[in-house]
This record gives sequence, structure tokens and C-alpha cells, in this order.
Amino acid sequence: MVLIGGVTILTVVVMTIVSPYISPFNPTAINAGPVLQPPNSKFPLGTNHLGEDMLSRVLSGGSVMLQVAVLAVVICSITGVSIGLMGAYAGGLADKISSLVMDSIYAFPGLVLAIAIAAMLGPGVINMALAIAVVYVPSYFRVVRSQVLTVKELTYVEAARALGAKSRRILTRYILPNLLPSVVVVVTLNFADAILMAAGLTFLGLGVPVSTPDWGWDLTYGRQLLPSGAWWVIGFPGLMIVVTVWGFTILGEGLSELLNPKLREIA
Amino acid sequence: MVEPLLNVQNLSVEYASRRGQVKAVTDVSLTLDKGSTLGIVGESGSGKSTLGFAILNLIPSPGRIVAGKITFDHTDIINQNEDNMRRIRGSQISMVFQDPLTSLNPLLKIRDHFTELFKVHSPSMSKKDAISRAGELLDNLGIARERLSDYPHQFSGGMRQRVMIGLALALNPRLVIADEPTTALDVIVEAQILELMKRLKDEYELTLILVTHNIGIIAEMADRIAVMYAGQIVEVGPTNDIFADPLHPYTKGLLESAPNIIHPERSMRPIHGSPPDLITLPPGCKFHPRCPRAFEPCPIREPLPVECKHRLVACHLYN
Amino acid sequence: MILLLLTLVFVILRVIPGDPVLLHFEKAASPAAMNAMRHELGTDKPLLNQYVDYVWGLLHGDMGKSMVDYSPVSQQVMSAFPATLELAIYSTAFAVVLGILLGVRASRRFNSVQDHGIRTFGTITYALPVFFLGMVLQLILGIHLHLFPTGGRTAIGMEPVGLTIGSFHIATGLYTVDSLLEGNLVKFATALHYLALPSISLGLVICGTFIRMTRSNMLETLRMDFVTAAKARGLPNRLITYTYALKNAFLPILTMIGLQFAALLAGAVLTETTFSWPGLGRYLVDRIGFRDYIAIQGAVVLFALLVALVSLVVDLLYAYLDPRVRL
Repeated sequence: MVLIGGVTILTVVVMTIVSPYISPFNPTAINAGPVLQPPNSKFPLGTNHLGEDMLSRVLSGGSVMLQVAVLAVVICSITGVSIGLMGAYAGGLADKISSLVMDSIYAFPGLVLAIAIAAMLGPGVINMALAIAVVYVPSYFRVVRSQVLTVKELTYVEAARALGAKSRRILTRYILPNLLPSVVVVVTLNFADAILMAAGLTFLGLGVPVSTPDWGWDLTYGRQLLPSGAWWVIGFPGLMIVVTVWGFTILGEGLSELLNPKLREIA
Repeated sequence: MVEPLLNVQNLSVEYASRRGQVKAVTDVSLTLDKGSTLGIVGESGSGKSTLGFAILNLIPSPGRIVAGKITFDHTDIINQNEDNMRRIRGSQISMVFQDPLTSLNPLLKIRDHFTELFKVHSPSMSKKDAISRAGELLDNLGIARERLSDYPHQFSGGMRQRVMIGLALALNPRLVIADEPTTALDVIVEAQILELMKRLKDEYELTLILVTHNIGIIAEMADRIAVMYAGQIVEVGPTNDIFADPLHPYTKGLLESAPNIIHPERSMRPIHGSPPDLITLPPGCKFHPRCPRAFEPCPIREPLPVECKHRLVACHLYN
Repeated sequence: MILLLLTLVFVILRVIPGDPVLLHFEKAASPAAMNAMRHELGTDKPLLNQYVDYVWGLLHGDMGKSMVDYSPVSQQVMSAFPATLELAIYSTAFAVVLGILLGVRASRRFNSVQDHGIRTFGTITYALPVFFLGMVLQLILGIHLHLFPTGGRTAIGMEPVGLTIGSFHIATGLYTVDSLLEGNLVKFATALHYLALPSISLGLVICGTFIRMTRSNMLETLRMDFVTAAKARGLPNRLITYTYALKNAFLPILTMIGLQFAALLAGAVLTETTFSWPGLGRYLVDRIGFRDYIAIQGAVVLFALLVALVSLVVDLLYAYLDPRVRL
């Protein structure tokens, strides 16, 4: 499972990166061909209402989403893990307050919160990433906190403390390595959700400006073309989103099974 | 000569596992006469519980009955189709389980355990009759009728086991298999349950198979004993004879490892070593690596059961 | 807890961006106009006063006034709410039923092709953006096959009005319920017809978790002693699967419905936009277009409150249904 997921994602990422070199046309070249052509030999994935080549758009359409996702995940994981570590390790009031705040955010319908934040901040890659990051910080926080609470009480940590090890040393040398497996799993699932959310935000008009080719935009514009039956404008970009998200999800599930042998199915 | 109620011939049961085939039961044969009580005794992993499940044809996958024949009252158990088997289970042959807390459905009232049983096996019985019959059973078991509307977790361990016994006897089965019925109970309750079982045995004229690792219970309840080791029966015969003069070295070891209330000064002697891996069994006699009396033929040939002093023993010492 | 949620919304929507009125008027407008609006909305008061007004107002069901026309936001929000509720109910029902059916099937054929197929189905549906799925369904079932309508809540003139007994009027706002109250089966059928595609889209995307959970719960329960004991009593397999195992697996599913509700609402926003469904989600998106920040705040608050309410209801139901837990 890990293999399938990993390969899928790698393909998508590579595809996005090399797209400028292998795209037959410039994805934003209007009237590269006749408008709204169904897939044919010249334009294997058809053209959209502006005459842009769909194949080129599909090849490079993931870049914005991937950028947003990477940014969001990085911000989110660092913030979530830090707060989780500090709050759980310090205990007491710090723990209670951080838990309360995190639980409140967690209870929110994710997209609604992201929409609210994105609406406030305005368009742009960074703003999108921030909006998504805020929504997911609690996921990291929870995972980290529960792990820290367990590990904190383990004997060898107590032993280290008894020997006078400084808090920071304990955190980094003892607790952090234990967290890594779970955090990695959360990261992959975070990627999957981040892409879905980025697509959603773009669909609602809260994402990046129109100029860049993006799968989300293709879906938004393609919507108006549906009554005319032009399925290829939304079909292929949509499929790419599904494949990418699915790749991350499978990767996450595979990693989770691998790293948590207790969860493996009993034969 | 009356035909035995149960006849098991050369039964073998295996489980598929990652490392290979687990031979839980190998070439087991025994007969059971109507009205008698057979005790099957052995350590954990000896295959005794599996034997009990096999008689009900309830071996869970990945296990399978790979060889042998089981005949119950002229009916072939192993090749029986599932529908008929279902009819037999609960009404002709029934089972009492080890842990009554986990063996009763936590979401079902006691009354519903009974009514559901009657509904499946006697669909013509009205609900009212079913409930009153359940009440009668509980009376006989020493439980107040009002408790029919309670849930399993509201009972004590001993009472739960009585309910289990009640469910097993509700349809007047011919054969009851009791798999470690008192292991989960404390000693005082255990004594009560055993008394109860003795009384019910006579009252219902039951044929009983008692599976346990506790030799004391066997001594009290069983007419005959079958001693199992590593999936095989090593000795089978009348209880008194076996206790007075155990033939197989394993049987001897078992009896000696139990505390003795009459002769407390005799120290308990455990058997050296541990039970074999059921995937890769030792060659020849399965017990030979731990046997204090092993000699030349033991690691080479498997001993076949022979008659000796009113019983069957599988040991080269008696060939 | 709820207070914290409300505060959070306030912080995000009022404190962070600064002056909502300024944001509302994108192009420069006359200071007089802006001040007039500020005064009307109460945003010229100090921040702390605004916060108190906000919480106090909410306790009385007042969500402020829309920036577009100064009409009460609470009214607008409450009229949009039933549509979302109806969508949520039907989508959840679809997701749960499908999830349970597929989960049970997968658990009974453990490790078989069907099992793996069902699990893959679950992961793929999760990866589908709900608006993409919605559009695909619209295209195939609506436009090409003309089987289902592609937008709106019901046909024109088919809105149910509920039941009127004398001067007593009952209307829930749920079209399916109201049309039944009215006794009009045609309206009922029409409402269902319009509900079909949106509910299926949203339901499919959500059902993955239910499939997974049902399957693992069933696998665990089927291994338990009381299942073996039941089989030993000769109880038939179907009875055992549905009564014994499923009943035991049901309670966690209930909890999961509560947990998934937040995700459901999030998906509803996208679904409503795709299907032009006049619910809270579409209201929110529209208001963003108008830069009506007070209304946005109101909608977001209602979303938060809904999630909290559903969690509470689920907790209570759980306590009631599990004989082992008594309040």
C-alpha cells in the first residue's frame, strides 16, 4: 500500500515539475486551438472555453495546490507539534488552556473555518495555506499530546529526569523520536485533506487569482460548461485531484499499518 | 451391547497460521455411552477445547477438520450440512462456556436469551410459554424469576454461569459439553456450581463431557477420564483406576503436580520442560522429550493405544 | 466551551481583519457613508463593547444586521437553515446505510476480493472532492440521462406549506416532512427527487469512514465469545450478524455520526454551491461575495452551534441506548 501511494504521489509531483518542458502547448495560451473541442488527436484531452489545451492545463494544474499543501502542512505540523509538546509536557494550566483552544478549533466544520479565514485574509497562496493550516493544527496537537502524556510517564524518562537531564534534552532526545511515526501518518493525511480543501477554496472563489492554471479553477469554470455536455473540462482535472488525494490517503494508511503493527489485521 | 451415544474416530483438526499448520488435534478416538460423564483433562494447548468444538462442528476458520469421523446418535457430524447442524446445536448437543461474562450478549436481557433460543428451535412455542419455561429453568437453577428482565452485567459470576447452564439445558439436550465451566469462578462458587451440575446431570439424565485442566473437578465429576497431550489422547479409562494407578508417565506427572490434601507433605512435582510447538511436533511419542522414562523406541515410533488394565494407553512401556 | 467557540469566531472575523466596514467598501467610499454604516452596525464602539454586544445579542438570538440592507441576519440565517438540515439528514442517512451494508458485507467476507474492493471504494470516495462528484452526477444523471434535476430544492409551485389547523400552523422547513404534513404526495415525491443527487454526492463522500468503522467493529465483535456461544446454541448466521454483532457495533457508529457531523457541514457548503441548494452553506458563500461580514459571522456562528448541539444530542442518545451506561 505504501508503495502504491508513494509511486502515485511521486508521479504527480514529477509531472507537475516537468510540465513546462513537456506540455505541448502553453497552458494559458488562449486560442491555442478551437474552443471547446472534445478529446482528439491534436488535443488529447480537448480544449476549454478559452481554447486552451486541457492536457497542458492538467499537467501543470497541480502546482498551486501542491504548493499550498506543502506550505500548509509545514506551518501546521511545526505549530501543532510544538504546542502539543510544550502544553502536554508542561502540564497544568498551559495544558488545559491549549487543549481547550485546540478542541474548539477541532470542533469546527473545517471548511467553514477555512472559508472564514480565507475570506478575511484575501486571495493568494500564502493566505490559503494559512487558512488551511489553522484548521489542521488541532489534529497534530491531539496526536502529539496523547503520545507525550504516555511517554512522559514511562520509566526511562523518569530515570533521565532523576539524573538531572534538562527538560529540553528530555523533549528532544526521548519524547520526540517516539512521536515521529504517528506524526508522519498525520502529515500524509494532512496533505490529502489540504489538497481537498485547497480545491474547495478555489472552487468557491477564495483561492489564487485566475491567471495560473489550476485544477480547481478548471472545475469552477467547467461548471458553467456542463449543460453543453463538455465533460472533459472538468473530468480530467477532477480525476487528477482524486488520484493525488487518493495517493496520499493510501500512503497514509499504508504507513499507519506499517508503523503501528498493533493495528495490522489478524490473519 | 448398547451403542455409544458419541463415537469419535481418528479425528484430526488443524489450523492454518502464518508459520504453518497448527495440529491442534491428531488422530483422536473415543466413545461415550449414554448417561456417562467423560472428563477430558490436559494442559492449555493440549487440544481439549478444540475437541469439544469439533463435536459441535464449530471449528472457526482458519481451522478445519482434516480427518476422522464423528458419529452422534447415528448422525454423521462432520459431513452434516449446516442447516441440520444448526438444529442439532443447542437442542441435541449443547455447550457450556468458560467465561459467562463474555459468553452472554451484553445488550440482551436474560429473558431474551431464552426466548430467542426457543424461537429458533421451537417456532411454534408462544412467547408467553417461552418466558414461563425460562422462569422454570431459572427456578431450578436457584435464580429468582424476576431476574429474567436483567442484563448479564447485573449478575454475579456464579449466577451468570447458572444462566449459561440454563441455556444449555433449556431444550433437553442429549449431550452437554462443558468447557472449563468453573475456571472463571472463585472456589466457593465453583463448589456450588459443581453441586448444581451433579444434580442436573441426574435430573436430566445427561451425558456429559467435562473439559478442564483441573484434576480435582474431574475426580469429583467424571466416570471416565481421557488425558490429552499435544493434541492426542495418551490414556483413557475409568476415573478410579487412573487415579489409583496412572499408567502413562504424563498422567502420572499430572497427578503428582497437583496439591494433595491428604498427603500435604508430598511435594508437588512439576513436569520438566514445556508443551511442544504444535506446528513442529517432536517425532515419535510427543511426550518423549519430557518423559522421565523414555527409552529407545520413544523418539522413533509413535506409540499406538493398547489395552492395559481396563484402559487404553498410548505408551511404549505397555506395548 | 460554546463561549469559547463564539469568542473564536469573533476573534477571527472581527479582531483580525480590523475594520469590517472598511473591508466591505472595497473602493473608496465617502467617509460619511462609512461612518453611517459603522454607527448603524455598532462597530464604532470600542472592541470590548462590541464583544459584549455580540455575546449578549446571540443569547437573545440577535445576530446583527446585514451590511447589504441592514435586515436582521438571524432571520436570514434561520430561513436558510432548514434546507441545510434536510440535506444533512438525508446525506447522513444515505452514508450510514450504505456504510453499514458495505461494512457488514466486507467483514463477512474477510480478506476476499469483495472485502478489498469495498475498502478501496471507501478510500476513493473519500478522495473525491464533493463538488467534482456532484458535477459528475449532474452531468451523467441529470443532463445526459435526464433522470434527476440538477439544481434547486424543488420545482416551482411545489413548495410545501405545512399543516394548518385553525390558527395553528406547523411547518418544519423540511420539504419532505412538510409535504407529508400537508398530505400532498406529489410535493413529497418532487422534494425527494430534488434531494436525491445532492444527498448522494455528499453521502458518498462521507460514507468511507462508516464503511471502515462498521467493518472493523463487526470483525471485532464476530470474534467475541458470545457470538461463538450463540452459534453453539444453533442460532442462524443471519440472526447473529444482524442482531448480535450489529447491535454491538451500532453504538460506535452513533458516536461517529456525531464526529463526522462537522465534516458533513463542511461538505454541505460545497454541495449547496454545486446544486444551487438554498441552504446555510450557499448563504455563506453568497455573503462572502457581497463582503457582508456581519452576515458571514452569523452564519459561521450557527455552524459552530449546530456542531455543538449535535455532539450533545449524540452523547445523550448514547447514554440512553447503552444499558451499561446510566446517566
